[in-house]
Amino acid sequence: MTLLRRNWPWLVALAVLLAFPFLFYDWTRGRHSGFALTLMSEIGVMAIFALSYNMLLGQAGLLSFGHAVLFGLGAYCAAHTVNLVKAGTIWLPTELVPLAGGLGGLFFGFVLGWLVTKQRATAFAMITLGLGELVSAAALMFMGFFGGEGGITIDRVMDTSLLGVRYTSPWQVYCLVLGWAFVAAVLMRLQMQTPLGRMANATRDNFERAQFVGYDPRRVRWMQFTLAGFFAGVGGGLYVMIYEIVTFDTVSAVKSANALLAVYIGGAGAFFGPVLGTIVVVLLQSGVSLLSNAWLLYVGVLFIVMVMYAPVGLAGLIGMHAPLWRTGRLRELLLPYLRALPPALMLFLGFVLLVELTSFTTIGAAQGKRFAIGGQTIDTTSPLPWAIAVAALGVGAFWLRREAHAFRLRWDALMEDAKRQAGAP
Amino acid sequence: MEVFVVSLLNGLVYGMLLFMLASGLTLIFSMMGVLNFAHASVYMLGAYFAYTISLYVGFWPALILAPLLCGLIGAAIEMWGLRRVHRHGHVAELLLTFGLALIIEKVVQMTWGLLPVPYRIPELLDFPLFRVYGTQFPAYRAFMLLISALMFGAIWLGLRRTRVGLVIQAALTHPEMASALGHNVPRIFTLVFAAGTALAGLAGVIGGNYQVTEPAMAFTMGPIVFVVVVFGGLGSLTGCFIASIFMGLIQTFAVVFDVSLADLLAQFGIAVTASTPFAEVLNVTLPRIGALLPFLLMVLILVFRPRGLMGTRDT
Repeated sequence: MTLLRRNWPWLVALAVLLAFPFLFYDWTRGRHSGFALTLMSEIGVMAIFALSYNMLLGQAGLLSFGHAVLFGLGAYCAAHTVNLVKAGTIWLPTELVPLAGGLGGLFFGFVLGWLVTKQRATAFAMITLGLGELVSAAALMFMGFFGGEGGITIDRVMDTSLLGVRYTSPWQVYCLVLGWAFVAAVLMRLQMQTPLGRMANATRDNFERAQFVGYDPRRVRWMQFTLAGFFAGVGGGLYVMIYEIVTFDTVSAVKSANALLAVYIGGAGAFFGPVLGTIVVVLLQSGVSLLSNAWLLYVGVLFIVMVMYAPVGLAGLIGMHAPLWRTGRLRELLLPYLRALPPALMLFLGFVLLVELTSFTTIGAAQGKRFAIGGQTIDTTSPLPWAIAVAALGVGAFWLRREAHAFRLRWDALMEDAKRQAGAP
Repeated sequence: MEVFVVSLLNGLVYGMLLFMLASGLTLIFSMMGVLNFAHASVYMLGAYFAYTISLYVGFWPALILAPLLCGLIGAAIEMWGLRRVHRHGHVAELLLTFGLALIIEKVVQMTWGLLPVPYRIPELLDFPLFRVYGTQFPAYRAFMLLISALMFGAIWLGLRRTRVGLVIQAALTHPEMASALGHNVPRIFTLVFAAGTALAGLAGVIGGNYQVTEPAMAFTMGPIVFVVVVFGGLGSLTGCFIASIFMGLIQTFAVVFDVSLADLLAQFGIAVTASTPFAEVLNVTLPRIGALLPFLLMVLILVFRPRGLMGTRDT
């Protein structure tokens, strides 16, 4: 019972996520929106991937540029397993296919981990970068395991389901993804509290002292890397179940970079930061890319802004409000926030307009597209929209600077009060 | 023999191009500990700047102007970006340049389009210089060799013979001590960063029309330059030079020799058939894995000798 009382947010989150697709349910035709479900499944998979990445970056302080190697190799293992099951060589319930991916990730995490965890810090980052390049090049070279450019295709409809579900509809797949994502998240959360998880923190903060205490930092890194490989592999196995194909871009540097962006934007310090970052990145990727050519630019700029001004990430920013929440003075920040909103909006719109104007004069023109806002076509060659964009950008930046100063003063005063209140009794 | 000489020359040209990029990166990396992911992006910017400038005033002014522009961009990155995130540690600095690389690639795509631009060799240098065994050696490649050799000489003399060079060398090995002796180390950082990016820009100017000027050129060049820097070792310009030439030669020669491990085993009387374990790995020919070799070497050297070929300290 205490377990339930302490962990109710997890169950609430699970219930909300289970109910969420019904917001997009088409009641007249009585079926789910395929797009929404696929998007949410994608978020689920990438969230596991980002969380497993954070086992390295956040927990052990290991910056990896090749985490997609474990994800992709897990996906390949799962795909081969499904094909073996189909051929009748082995028997495995459909629900446990992601576990096959996870075991694949565990195996490769162990083998490759022996190599990469010999070093830490920048050298570790470089080895993983090289390894990522090696594996993604090898994926195109060796047909037997990787299937070349075509990749490995599977058919996820199997007769071996434990629950009697055939996984023909996106809704069934979403439930599978959600179930596995939940289990993986719980396990990763619990892993943080194990001695290994604590020692990973210790080697991150001061690996020499960790050595003095009697632990071998390399072994800690290796075990952490192997476990991260397991969870990345589970993500890879789910990826195969959603898309029924795995190609070389699952091991590519772009995939690794996505995890890094998601974790850093969301915040590596908090457990749910990577999930938050994944939602932002996947929505930008799938949503904005429909509207704009420049989605990667927006992600890049968001990333740089986070690195420069908020290295704690979105989750960290939210966490900073906790002392005010406890003292019940959060609403006093409402006015400063409202005052900062118009200049921030102005800056944002000016920037977007400028980017889109540039994008439509070159890439858009080459693709024969026209720039239109609300049905109104905008002539990208006339100086007026450019002048508006630059003016909004400049004025917005200047105004925001002044508001930010005022905001900072108010914030500092409130924080000071909160600290005094907390210290008084 | 013919193949050998031609490959040697081409490998040398490619290696010197790598060195122009890597020398700036290795100075920045050894001094500030920042692995600049945006370095190859600046190389790309150099090529695009040179293309645009050469449309209006010709190639020769572009040879001067484009690197200067790149140097200014580098100084701006250091002063307003890196210095700000410096207090959050090396990882934050690395991530900043990583984000910049993403942005620069996208900005280039948006400014010059997704397709390669027709950036060509200047007409003055567009003739075969000499023939080796019937194969022409273009004058432009000789020009590239000349520029990079001049640059190597200039850096060498600048670091060894000038006062600024001595301070840079001091800051390279003992930043705290140089700072304690009253040298303005942050300003030296800016200077080195600007000079390094200007060199990358120069490499872009002369490399852009040797290879193809396209938005993906930073992505193909970047990892290889990292390999060179890590392989050569931290704080060693000579190591960097040797590593560049070595990588250039490896990449060129790998394309020429059409052999595989199976052929090697056949020399010892072991025949590889389809049923042999790892037959696919053994049958891969050298030209196909040519692009892989640098990364393989980098992983191996980082694992077994993290200070690189001639480095003075660990990566």
